[in-house]
Amino acid sequence: MGQLSQLLLAFIVFLSLYLLGSSSLTGCIKIVALQGMCLGVLPLTVRAEGFHPQGLLLAAGMFILKGFAIPWVLLYAIREVKIRREMEPMIGYIPSLLIGAALIGVSFALAERLPVPAGLRTSLLIPVSLATVMMGMLMMISRFKAVSQVIGYLVFENGVYLFGLAIAYQVPWIIEMGVLLDVFVAVFVMGIIINHIARAFDSISTEKLTRLSD
Amino acid sequence: MIYLLLVGAPLLVGLLALVVDSDERRPWLLPFGCTIHASIVAACWKTLPGPAMNGWFRIDDLGLIVLSLASVMFLVCSVYCLEYLRLRKERRNRLFTACLSFILASVSLVAVSRHMGILWVGMEAATLATAPLVYFNHNEKSLEATWKYLMMGSLGIGLALLGTFFLALAAIPFEGRGDPLLIDTLLSRAGTLSLPWLKGAFIFLLVGYGTKMGLAPLHSWKPDAYGESPGVAGAILAGVITACPFLGILRAFQICAAAGLSEFAQGLLVMIGLLSMATAAVFIIGQRDFKRMLAYSSVEHMGILALGVGLGPAGSFAALLHLINNGLTKGVLFLSAGNIHRAFGGKTMDHVRGALRRAPISATLFLLGFVAITGSPPFAPFVSEFSILRAAVDGHRFGVALGFVGLLAVIFIGMATTVLSVVYGIPPNSDSELSAQGDSPLMIAAPMVFMALVVFLGLWLPGRLTAVLSGAARLLNGGAS
Repeated sequence: MGQLSQLLLAFIVFLSLYLLGSSSLTGCIKIVALQGMCLGVLPLTVRAEGFHPQGLLLAAGMFILKGFAIPWVLLYAIREVKIRREMEPMIGYIPSLLIGAALIGVSFALAERLPVPAGLRTSLLIPVSLATVMMGMLMMISRFKAVSQVIGYLVFENGVYLFGLAIAYQVPWIIEMGVLLDVFVAVFVMGIIINHIARAFDSISTEKLTRLSD
Repeated sequence: MIYLLLVGAPLLVGLLALVVDSDERRPWLLPFGCTIHASIVAACWKTLPGPAMNGWFRIDDLGLIVLSLASVMFLVCSVYCLEYLRLRKERRNRLFTACLSFILASVSLVAVSRHMGILWVGMEAATLATAPLVYFNHNEKSLEATWKYLMMGSLGIGLALLGTFFLALAAIPFEGRGDPLLIDTLLSRAGTLSLPWLKGAFIFLLVGYGTKMGLAPLHSWKPDAYGESPGVAGAILAGVITACPFLGILRAFQICAAAGLSEFAQGLLVMIGLLSMATAAVFIIGQRDFKRMLAYSSVEHMGILALGVGLGPAGSFAALLHLINNGLTKGVLFLSAGNIHRAFGGKTMDHVRGALRRAPISATLFLLGFVAITGSPPFAPFVSEFSILRAAVDGHRFGVALGFVGLLAVIFIGMATTVLSVVYGIPPNSDSELSAQGDSPLMIAAPMVFMALVVFLGLWLPGRLTAVLSGAARLLNGGAS
């Protein structure tokens, strides 16, 4: 693991933290796009032994899908909606940030205890991935706006992908392509549903989605 | 080649459905595609095809059970769809038809894959293809149900992906010799797996795929999705789509058992199984919406499946049999419930009474389905539920056996209240124009076929099926494949 990849990883976790404290929806979409681009570049800085054509293809696919295609779908989904800001979430911004910081601490402690393989022991990869996963889940459960929940899902998925990098040299690239494609389709479907929510309820807040319960 | 056909044929039919422009002719593609699929599966029963593509694809007994269940359920439901979609002319059925075919393709991919990564990709594809089915009615309630389904499903499937990566990390001692997500590689070198990572992998896979299955406590999407989607989508969801994540959990269990962690995994399965049954019991009592009641019944039976596998070889055999029995009985229940729903224009006890008068055959099937699913002889679920009970008693797990029987009894009483009030009594207002819609030939023929299968399997278990089931149970408990 080179200096550059460590720097990128630190930047990725910083972006997740920034998302937790940010209220502008379009801003959040742009940040998550930036995070996706970083993820796309990351494998190129990790592998010192040279590049496989498949690796390059995967990085390019990642860069385009997570950096451009998915944010475009989300921006399209909220274009018609007037409200551009997240209302006060279930857990406020400052508490969210504090919880996020605590989660980062927990992830480092956890990664310290897990029997991490020798090659990854000094790397930030596993703690950063765990922290990103947890912050994504936090966003998914604490926000009301449908778009914010999707952004939370994306952050969560980015974290899982980071974890996948730890084993990337063993897993066939076609599987990762499949994963990437599935995530894209998922966000695409979510985008369509957000659009329908916006039309049916005149808002994209999932707070309105409370008719079904026992 | 046969794998390509199994996945490719429904995929192609689905793509064709996207192209065909007539709402009347398009649904005919479904029985066509399902018949092709069923005949390929029948060929698999004759001779099991060998491995293909570096061992990524192979059908073993476990996969064969899931594949056959899916094929039969789809074939019968596709006939139901012909009539259902004709009645729902006001809705375009392009996406509905195409997505049903895509689901069959992805379920087949899950059933034949021997690679945890491909299994995951198939599962995610099945999840996404289901969303348009849940949203078919295009109203505010189905929108809410679809959103919850997508969010919970994505979270679950993401956790399962994390679990899959954990599994690959557990295989680090292989040092790059062989693909660490290939089930056969994992099984043959199970002794060298890193146990802490393997335990983590099992927990994440259980929680992740458990969310997709609808095991408590992550079942909250289920009543919404089952309640708001059309009856036929409910049958596919409850019978087929839940079988896929169950297969995922079974694969993880297989690896744990081979690595000597069976007790750890069994303990977790028994715990989550009983918890699911208890949760279902709480929500079934006093449930006024009969489709939501069926959803909780599905939560209960997913719990029974997990519990059965947790009880060792005899329990595993019974659980796999129950997977088939539950799927077929849910077919009866959801299809007849859909007919009743349509005949009354409502699905709560406030609107629906006296279904026996307005839609006599559907109501009779609904009643019989209820008797079957709660485990009364001579229907098939009785056989499997009784075998699970016996497995618990034989293993001296008296607490588990007592909890199992007690919860079954509570659920029986809870469901009986709702079902009897729906079936008997006098219909609220006798609109003569609605009553004609209740029982139409194809829409009662489909649940009748399911009912006949449930009775058949309750009375006689074919020798070939027993052989496949015991082969699968052996696979789960450390046997070679």
